[in-house]
Amino acid sequence: MQPLIRVRGLSKRFGAGCTLCLSSTGPDRESNVCPHCGSVVACNDVSFDLYRNEALGIVGESGSGKSTLVRLLHFEWDASDGSVELHRSAAVPALEDLFADDADYSHNLPGLSPFRKRQVRNSLMGIVYQNPFLGLRMQVSAGGNIAERLLGAGWRNIRGMRKRSAELLERTEIPVERMDEPPKNFSGGMQQRVQIAKALSNKPLILFLDEVTTGLDLSVQARVLDLIRSIRSEFSLSLLVVSHDLGVINLLCQRTMVMKYGRVVEAGLTDQILQDPQHRYTQLLVASQL
Amino acid sequence: MISVENLSKSFILHILGEKRIEACRDVSFSVPRGGFLGLSGPSGAGKSTVLKCIYRTYLPGGGEVWYDSATRGRVNLAALPDREVIDIRTREMGYVSQFLKVIPRVSALDVVMEPILARNRVTRDEARRRAGGLLERLRIPSHLFDAYPATFSGGEQQRINIAHAVSWKPRLLLLDEPTASLDRDSVGIVLDILKELRNEGTTMIGIFHDAELMETVTDSIFRIR
Repeated sequence: MQPLIRVRGLSKRFGAGCTLCLSSTGPDRESNVCPHCGSVVACNDVSFDLYRNEALGIVGESGSGKSTLVRLLHFEWDASDGSVELHRSAAVPALEDLFADDADYSHNLPGLSPFRKRQVRNSLMGIVYQNPFLGLRMQVSAGGNIAERLLGAGWRNIRGMRKRSAELLERTEIPVERMDEPPKNFSGGMQQRVQIAKALSNKPLILFLDEVTTGLDLSVQARVLDLIRSIRSEFSLSLLVVSHDLGVINLLCQRTMVMKYGRVVEAGLTDQILQDPQHRYTQLLVASQL
Repeated sequence: MISVENLSKSFILHILGEKRIEACRDVSFSVPRGGFLGLSGPSGAGKSTVLKCIYRTYLPGGGEVWYDSATRGRVNLAALPDREVIDIRTREMGYVSQFLKVIPRVSALDVVMEPILARNRVTRDEARRRAGGLLERLRIPSHLFDAYPATFSGGEQQRINIAHAVSWKPRLLLLDEPTASLDRDSVGIVLDILKELRNEGTTMIGIFHDAELMETVTDSIFRIR
């Protein structure tokens, strides 16, 4: 089977950059700030395949570039270099022209116009952020948050949108009678579940989860993880799970990439990463587990 | 069916000043289709290491592990891309560890049903029936079926572990001391189940604490020095 998305050499640099940036940063230099020009190499030369129905973990500490990677894939930031291509099997009618005749893979997605990127995002992607303020409008009702996303995906019928919102909130265990309340009234765990409902509303193929359980109480964390596990099989999603928590990665992902100072230092089967880590940093990470 | 050639594995511990630990060296053996090979040797000889290298929980350091896959022909598990290893694990290769690694908040019945549903293309009811039958056979009281195995005794957990590994009838089964924490009656039941699996064609490689028991269940023994 061919991968759903193919990522090659994806890179992001903040700052002017110089010829020494790449050789002066990375895990061996223990920094992602270029000492010569002050540019930040947030992530560099990241390549991987994401298949259908699989969960790929990205683990690393703060500043490793894992969230940067998600923002590049979700088109929130422009990549400095590299390519992201979509398999033809993921094409919806609105996206047919992204594919050259007979090509299995699309044109380079980050190179598309902002309008086209939004189309790809609205029809194929969902995201759940660590910080619910990034994913939700806190003053707008929970149902309204979902309806907004449905509008983006082309829905127009108010009653239909309301019905779909109620279904999704029910699925994510939010009492439907609270759908007209704004998420600012909700607990942290509930806000995450509204985010998940919103992310699922356009029936995405790819769901990005960026530290979704970080900062939640253990019992709330468990409930959110159980929800993710069940929606994953129900909606046959491809998940990209970003976390610094090896427990979360172990629970959700069969394959894992380890990042450090903007580079992928190791990639493998999750049980292999945990039991036979190869890179110095991964060994430290595994040994630091509680 | 499976042929291990000059398999070696060492661990290099970067955080302990590049300390190198050799776990096994130049291990070679082969198992015919439907065979059952026992691995013996003193503690620390690398028996578990060999099984984990075959399953790819460990990355083999040297040598080859040739496996006749039903879906992709003869492959070297030591060098196969991760995605293909996952595929072979899903469709063909099972592994029983010494202890159950519990998936939190999943009931005993679901733990055993999940691989049947994922691999055997049966209805939910049929999967539930098979899983329930297997658990009954392993003498797990039916009132525990919907409880979380994390709360079970060591012996019960291990029986859940075995049920989880054999329920979907893998083509190749790796067993790392499956009977170590079981009482004599349970050991007898487990051996019967393994015998049935073999009759249906499953090839096995196993480590057993009890040398006498290993003699009776396997058809050849490889001693790791």
